[in-house]
Amino acid sequence: MTSRKSTAVAGGGIFHWLMQDTMDGLRRRRAVLGYLFLLPTLLGIFIFTAGPVFVSFGLSMFQWNIFKPPDFVGLENFERLLEDRRVIIGLGNTVKFTILAVCSQVSIGLILALAVHRISRVWLRYYFRTAFFLPLLMSGASVAVFMGYIFHKEFGPLNYYLTLLGLPQIPWLTNSDLVMISIAIISAWRNLGFTFLIFLGGLSNLSQEVLDAADVDGAQGLRRLWSVVIPLLSPQILFATVTGVIGALQVFDEPYIMTRGGPGNASRTLVMVMYEHAFKDIEFGYGSAIAIVVFLMILVMSIVQMWLWRNRVFYQ
Amino acid sequence: MASNATRIPGDVSAAEHRRQVISHQLGRWIPLIILGVMSVVILAPIMWTISTSLRAGVDSFTVPPKWLPTDLAVENYAQVFEKVPFARQILNSTIITWGTVLGQLITAALAGYAFARLEFRGRDTLFWVVLATMMIPIQATVIPVFILIRNLGLFDTVWSLILPATPTAFGTFLLRQYYLTIPIELEESALIDGANQWQLFNRVYLPLVKPGLAVLAILSFNFHWNEFFRPLIFLQHENYPITIGIFQLQGYMMTGSISVVLAGVVVSLVPVIIIFLIGQRYLIEGIMRGAIKG
Repeated sequence: MTSRKSTAVAGGGIFHWLMQDTMDGLRRRRAVLGYLFLLPTLLGIFIFTAGPVFVSFGLSMFQWNIFKPPDFVGLENFERLLEDRRVIIGLGNTVKFTILAVCSQVSIGLILALAVHRISRVWLRYYFRTAFFLPLLMSGASVAVFMGYIFHKEFGPLNYYLTLLGLPQIPWLTNSDLVMISIAIISAWRNLGFTFLIFLGGLSNLSQEVLDAADVDGAQGLRRLWSVVIPLLSPQILFATVTGVIGALQVFDEPYIMTRGGPGNASRTLVMVMYEHAFKDIEFGYGSAIAIVVFLMILVMSIVQMWLWRNRVFYQ
Repeated sequence: MASNATRIPGDVSAAEHRRQVISHQLGRWIPLIILGVMSVVILAPIMWTISTSLRAGVDSFTVPPKWLPTDLAVENYAQVFEKVPFARQILNSTIITWGTVLGQLITAALAGYAFARLEFRGRDTLFWVVLATMMIPIQATVIPVFILIRNLGLFDTVWSLILPATPTAFGTFLLRQYYLTIPIELEESALIDGANQWQLFNRVYLPLVKPGLAVLAILSFNFHWNEFFRPLIFLQHENYPITIGIFQLQGYMMTGSISVVLAGVVVSLVPVIIIFLIGQRYLIEGIMRGAIKG
């Protein structure tokens, strides 16, 4: 087959092959359209998400500070990481923050959803739903800015009211033991709306029959809550917990804006340490090694989530 | 004997009845009290921010806190625009956010349709690959993307934020769900009427997934308008968006009037509140569908 002949065939042929007025032709057109429609997304995901993950793994084995050519160092960056005080402190702060923030936003969100679910007056439900949802719309940056003032030791409204109750002025953001707790409170304040909505959605999907059956069995009040409602809500509780953990492990905006990681290193998070190494000191290799640690922690949580999600679909 | 036998159960049931009434009343009032207190805890910081943004500079940060905006110091809002290039930053945020939203709507509308309604080899494998990329956090890609953006000469341009955020696994997944809810009979009748494949997508399916597009647009707008981490890395000086503008304001005004900073915060909330008022149904639906990822 000469090349001229094959292009001629391809020119007329492909068009004919594609536009054939048969079921086969239709199937071909739909397949080609499918690939065309996917192209921008697949290409974009390959260039900006999937590819870069592999590059990050590669970079984590190099020493590279842009001025000098990259230098392969194997696992040296990871050895350095294990002895890096700031990384260890950052990891500790991140874990502490994650536990505090997620526990409080899940438990309070659950209580609020259970309470709103009992309210029958429409306008009251609407008021509470809007109120709890509102902070979720705001940026971490703006919340960090005004909460920074509200939690101010001398002039903050929070301490003013606490001193009226006879408490001393609490150094919320300036004491190393308190700062991560304060940031977790502030973050939970913002994310409460998310867990609240997830639980409210779960509650309204609960079958009334099951709840009525529990009533007949004599399960009342708190006992019904513990033995019937909470087990039925477990998919939502797990979802809110895992999503919360994934978000909290990436905490950056609030501590960066409110305390710049201080006092000392008391509110420096893992992502902050990564940011500083990669984009302040321009150490792409070492920065990538820290990024890989963040990634692996989130990956574990995501796999847990995927697994739970699949099981949940299975039950339905 | 007989009267005793009848009286005792009667007493028990009266006590039981009273107990039930009390627990019923408690069951009604305790949730209301919890909700009332919590709604104050949630709303008070926002109210304080708004009222303090309207307070004259000298007593902006005093105790006891004042809750009513009695000064109506509107000049604080004018000052925001003098202290930092706020108008420019609002424009930057607007371009970046709408650019990203538009890009996501187009690419996800196409990809979601392909995954939901077209048949081709490797479709399910590709779908799982796309879904799996949702697990990848921004930190795991940001350094290579930064190097790439620099090499493409896009550093410190709006494209450095728009382009990497345009392909959206989450949006594709979300819209696929919407396409799947549309009855296939509609497609068959359109084909009998002589519609071609593009018309089928454009005239039959696309109008029917408008609610899904609205959910994606609103979630994406909210997420990208509020972004802080990526702009901090990819942009500089006059190209900063409003989130970094507020951060700069806070830095400049450390010792000055916090009213001006809070005025900036309030301005940054306006578009988000407008979007909320227009599309809260979609927003809440989107979140209920289990998503807050950009």
